[in-house]
Formats: sequence, structure tokens, C-alpha cells
Amino acid sequence: MRVALFLTCVNDTLYPDTGRAVVKLLTRLGVEVDFPMAQTCCGQAHYNTGYRREAEPLARHFSDVFGEYEAIVTPSGSCGAMVRELYPRMAARARAEGRGSTLATALAPVVPKTYELTEFLVDVLGVTDVGAYYPHRVTYHPTCHGLRGLGLGDRPRRLLQAVKGLELVELPGADECCGFGGTFALKNADVSAAMGADKVRNAESTGAEVLCAADNSCLMHIGGTMARLRTGMRPVHIAEILAVTEEEPTL
Amino acid sequence: MSGTFVGMPAFPAAAHEAVRDQTLRGNLRHATHTIRAKREKAVAEVADWAQLREAGRRIKDHTLRHLDRYLEQVEEAVTAAGGTVHWAVDADEANRIVTDLVKATGESEVVKVKSMATQEIGLNEALEAEGIRAYETDLAELIVQLGKDRPSHILVPAIHRNRGEIRDIFAREMREWGRPAPDGLTDTPAELAEAARLHLREKFLRAKVGVSGANFMVAETGTLVVVESEGNGRMCLTLPETLISVVGIEKIVPTWRDLEVFLQTLPRSSTAERMNPYTSTWTGTTDGDGPRTFHLVLLDNGRTDTLADEVGRQALRCIRCSACLNVCPVYERAGGHAYGSVYPGPIGAILSPQLRGTASEIDASLPYASSLCGACYEVCPVAIDIPEVLVHLRERVVEGGPVTRAGNKVVLKPAKGHAAERAAMRAARWAFAHPGALRTGQRLASRTRRFHPRTLPGPGRAWSGSRDLPPVPAEPFRDWWQRTHGGKDGAK
Ligand code: SF4
Repeated sequence: MRVALFLTCVNDTLYPDTGRAVVKLLTRLGVEVDFPMAQTCCGQAHYNTGYRREAEPLARHFSDVFGEYEAIVTPSGSCGAMVRELYPRMAARARAEGRGSTLATALAPVVPKTYELTEFLVDVLGVTDVGAYYPHRVTYHPTCHGLRGLGLGDRPRRLLQAVKGLELVELPGADECCGFGGTFALKNADVSAAMGADKVRNAESTGAEVLCAADNSCLMHIGGTMARLRTGMRPVHIAEILAVTEEEPTL
Repeated sequence: MSGTFVGMPAFPAAAHEAVRDQTLRGNLRHATHTIRAKREKAVAEVADWAQLREAGRRIKDHTLRHLDRYLEQVEEAVTAAGGTVHWAVDADEANRIVTDLVKATGESEVVKVKSMATQEIGLNEALEAEGIRAYETDLAELIVQLGKDRPSHILVPAIHRNRGEIRDIFAREMREWGRPAPDGLTDTPAELAEAARLHLREKFLRAKVGVSGANFMVAETGTLVVVESEGNGRMCLTLPETLISVVGIEKIVPTWRDLEVFLQTLPRSSTAERMNPYTSTWTGTTDGDGPRTFHLVLLDNGRTDTLADEVGRQALRCIRCSACLNVCPVYERAGGHAYGSVYPGPIGAILSPQLRGTASEIDASLPYASSLCGACYEVCPVAIDIPEVLVHLRERVVEGGPVTRAGNKVVLKPAKGHAAERAAMRAARWAFAHPGALRTGQRLASRTRRFHPRTLPGPGRAWSGSRDLPPVPAEPFRDWWQRTHGGKDGAK
């Protein structure tokens, strides 16, 4: 099976290790991974800040870049939710405003082929034990768009539970938003920081060394708060846990 | 809406103090988390919750689609039952109607049933300006009124107060308004409730005019419904000679059968009860029972304009259960007052900028008072997709567009203060449409990474005030990919 990695602009620029982990993990599981070099951004920040018209050409670009692939895999719950949940809505609005149906036609094929990483592993490849080894105490934060947007459910937890050496501890108040919310973190910095601090305190109470999530945007906010509060905990993307094995403990 | 809220600062500024107020944060956290857990249990008991939610959504949507017809049906039925119907296009008109009606009775006092609609229009203040005193009889509303305070929650308007604060307010203020609090009042719930009961009883027995809102209006019979926990509302509805009900036009349900759905979903969503203790219904007037005169004031106040908006109109489905407030992480930290309206929390963030327009600073900031986490949508018993409406209203703020105001179609200009953001968004879109440009930017960031400051100037300061930034990696992923996999550079 040949899939396209939709890494997202944030990961490409700031978290290349996550991308390398996805490549390593999927390759190990026998999947052929391609990274279409023309990919950029799904347009989520534009769309969610109110610039829908600016996001539309980015959605179109997404479908140009990824249209030909069998499946599109992304290690970001929120960008995955953007494509799956919001692209159809975007297309419907464009049509309602009398701007033809070409956007809908362009987006229709990519929407159902787009999978968040853990979803792809569990639902498409049918694996929960990916052969990883990670001897650490880990707590899992289910990000909002993964949890409520995509409905990832317990897929990430099942994957983590199957990792050798990993001790999974429950995060109190796991379902609560960490306070990132894209431009929300800038526009409502006080509230966002208060939410982040509460999330970090909850994480700290578990005694875990690592807080893991399936979205680096949230991890950037949580990790930045952890560093400022000097907790000694580390934020790690789930792909980077699932990628390492006893034989190859580094990316 | 209530004049008391005009001139509120934008949401972030209003939330600034609340976030630092540890007592307030503690009160809110405790209250919302308690009710949240209870609601979850109460909802889990109902096997067909998803179907009830969907039924509620459909009933409300159907009614809104045919609102003109159902409103006429209500008017006919109420009139036939001996009531009088008045139409109020806005807050001023509604206040004038009610004030004139009270004056016509010759009374200078009214007792009030907790009502969002009368708060929305600032009725108490309007009555006071005409020398009429309005007494709130709901316990929490009483606390707010005595404390010269503003409500901060739809269901529990005094949620921001703890027991100690309430005791102090009762001991200090009750004598100003009627029967004083008993000497030596403590902060035990039973004593506080008893003090309120004695204070209010005096009002119930004296009042000749009652003012209420309604949770529902049943079109087929012209029946109004109030759902409550304390029974104080029922006292106000039945004891006075004249009853005046001010009701938003979106409160209609077509038939009694439709009511069945909401009488299940509302109590479980709001108070986490299987059934609320008191459900009162009244239809016009009846000889020898209840008020002798009944007036229904049908309030528009921006609702028809909201109805004209395809995406935003779903906000009118709201049954004011307040479940969305109780799960909202932003409400929990910012408190209800920061929303600058009697409708706080997620529903307030989408309702106020539609009812009032987005012209004021506070209204233009409300659509951004959310991290779009989606918890509100998940709990809403009528499935209002609040995040969808928030994003829709953000677009209205930053890009302008067509809206209906006072029945006329107008095209809004973008709100002030977003020019820099708009330019940044356009620039980012341009870069994203040109992968080559994106790549150049990434490489530049990587090469200069040693010089990146830990704290940022400008808008970035909001980030670095409380969080560290991640270090920029030495090599963006796409460069690594090209180096190791020899991928073609798809840059255009
Ligand atoms: S929006 Fe939904 S959850 Fe919020 S108060 Fe209204 S009905 Fe309840």
C-alpha cells in the first residue's frame, strides 16, 4: 500500500522528528510512504480565525497535491479534522454563495481518504501492537479535535497500551481542552495560559515522565507551559513513541 | 439588550481580572465540575438520549421555519383564552409595554419569576426609572439583586458567589428591600434558604402584579410553561391579580407532544435532575383561579434578524439549559461577567453578537472567546453546533458580509483593528500557495535559529508571557526528506 504523508506545515517546520517517526513506523509496517513536496498547509488557522475565503485556495491546493493517492495519513488530529469535517462544510458554503460546485468536486475525493495516524493504524492496517518499545511512564492527552472532531476514541490508548515497557497512567481531566486553540492562544492569552497551567498540573499529578498526544500544536502549548513551570515532564508526539523499537531505540 | 452591559471592554480584557481572582476561579470550578459530573450521570441513564437530542433539534428547526404561522396560532389561542397579546420589536418597546401595563394597575411593585428575556431587555431598570420596584424571587436572582451585582450564569446567576459571600449580602441588604435577615444568620444552606423564604413570602402575599418569562409556549393551546426548582415562580404566577409574561418569539413548540421531548432533556441537561420539581403551565385566564388579567408580550429584539442567517439561526434552538456553560473551559476561567451579557458562556458568545450585532467592542470579541474545543456542542441537548457559529461570526467580524439588521439586508464592513491580522493571513496564504516560498522561509528560520529570542515582541508576547517557544530545528522535514529520499522538489 502506498500512502501520502500529509505532515502539516507546523510539523514540517518545527517538528521534523514527528515526520521522520511516521515514515519509520509506517515503513516498518510495510507501507510505502511518499511525501508530496508541493504540500503546504490545510488552511485551518485561516478558516478558524474567520478567513474562510483565504482557506479555500489552500483546500484546493491540498486536493491538487493529494488527489491521486490511495490514502492520506496525517499525524495531526486537528488538521485531519480540518480536512474531514470542515472541507465539506467549506465546499457547501461556497456553493450556497453561488460560487459553483468546483470546490466540492475537487474536495470530494480527498476527504474520505484522509486519516489521522492512529486511525490509519487501527482501522486501515488493523494493528494495535506496532512492535514499539518505550520504557517510560506516559500519560495521554486526547486533543479536542482528535477526540470530538474525528472521534478517535480509545485508538491511541490501545496503541500505547501495546507498547512494550510503557506504563500508561490516566490523566485527570483528560477530556478538557489544553487551551491552545490556534489563534485563541494569542487572542485570549490569559485564559489560554490558565487552561494550559491546569492541564500541566493535572499531568504532573500522574507522576508521568512524558505527556503524549497525537497533535504537536497542542503539545507546543502544553510543552511550552511545562518548560516555563519547570515540571521536568516532556511532551512527546505519539508517533515518536510508536516508532522506536528495542533494536532501534532512536529515530 | 440590557443597557447595563453597553460599553463593556472586549472579552480578553474583561477576562483578565477574572483569571487572577482565585476566589472566583475556585467558586466556578467547584460549581461547574459538580454539576458537570451529575449531568453526565443523568444523561447516561436515558437510553435514547441521542434520539431525544435529535428530536429536540428537529422540533425547534421546524418551528423556526414556520415561525410566522405558529406565532399567529399562539396569538389566536391566547386571545381566545382571555389573554391579551402585545408585540415588541425591540427592548425599548417591550419595556414601554410592560411599564404601561403595570402603571395601568396603579401598582408600584411587581414580583418577578426568574426570566432571561426580561434581563435581556433591562426591564428592572426600565421599571425603576418609572418608579416601579421589581422584586426578584428566584433565590439566586435575589442574591444578585441584593448584591447589586450582575448575573453570571443562565441557571445559577449567583454561581460566582460562595456561601460566606451570600450570608454577608443577606445580612447587609435584606432590610433595604423588605424583611431583614434574622439576627445571627450563619452560612449554612438551610439558614440561608429560610432567610430568603421569609423575606420572599412577604412579597408574594402583597404583590398584585407578577412578571414572568417562559421556557416554552405551546402553539396549539396558547399555553405558557415555566420549569423551575424552587416553586417561587409558581407563587408569582398564581397569586397576583395581573400576570405579564415577556417571552422571546423563539420559545414556541407546536404541540404538547413536542413538550414531552424537552421536559426530558431540559432538567437533565441543566440541573441534572430526572424531572424538575415544579412545572407550571398557564393559558389565558380562568375564573376563580390565578390572575384575572394576563398579558403576553412577544419579544423580537434581534431574533428575526438572527433567523435570517442560515448558519447562525441554530442559536435560536437554545432552551437555556446552561449545560454548555458548565462544560466550557473558557467560561470556567473567565467567569460569566466577562461575556458582557445576560447570556454568558458559549451560547452567549454566539447569541449576543447576533441579537446585538457585532458593532461594539465586546460583541466583536465574543466569537473569539473560545478555543473551539467542541465540548459545548457535545453536551447541547438541541445539538447547536456552537463552534460552527463561532467561526461563522468570526468571519463576519474580520471580513464583513451580508447580514440582516432590523429587517433590512445590509453589508457589513470588516470590523476595525483586524487589518494587520488580515494582511498576515493573506501573506501566509500566498506563501502556502507557493511551496518554494514556504521552503525559503523554513530554511531562513532554521539558519537563524541561534538568534531566536525566548520572548517575542508584538503579538507574540501574548504567547511568550506564559509559555516557552519550541526551538526551531536545524533542518525542516522536507529538506531531510529530499536529502534521504531524493524527493522531487515540487516547488512552484
Ligand atoms: S446552547 Fe445548548 S447547551 Fe447551551 S444553554 Fe442552549 S440548549 Fe443548553
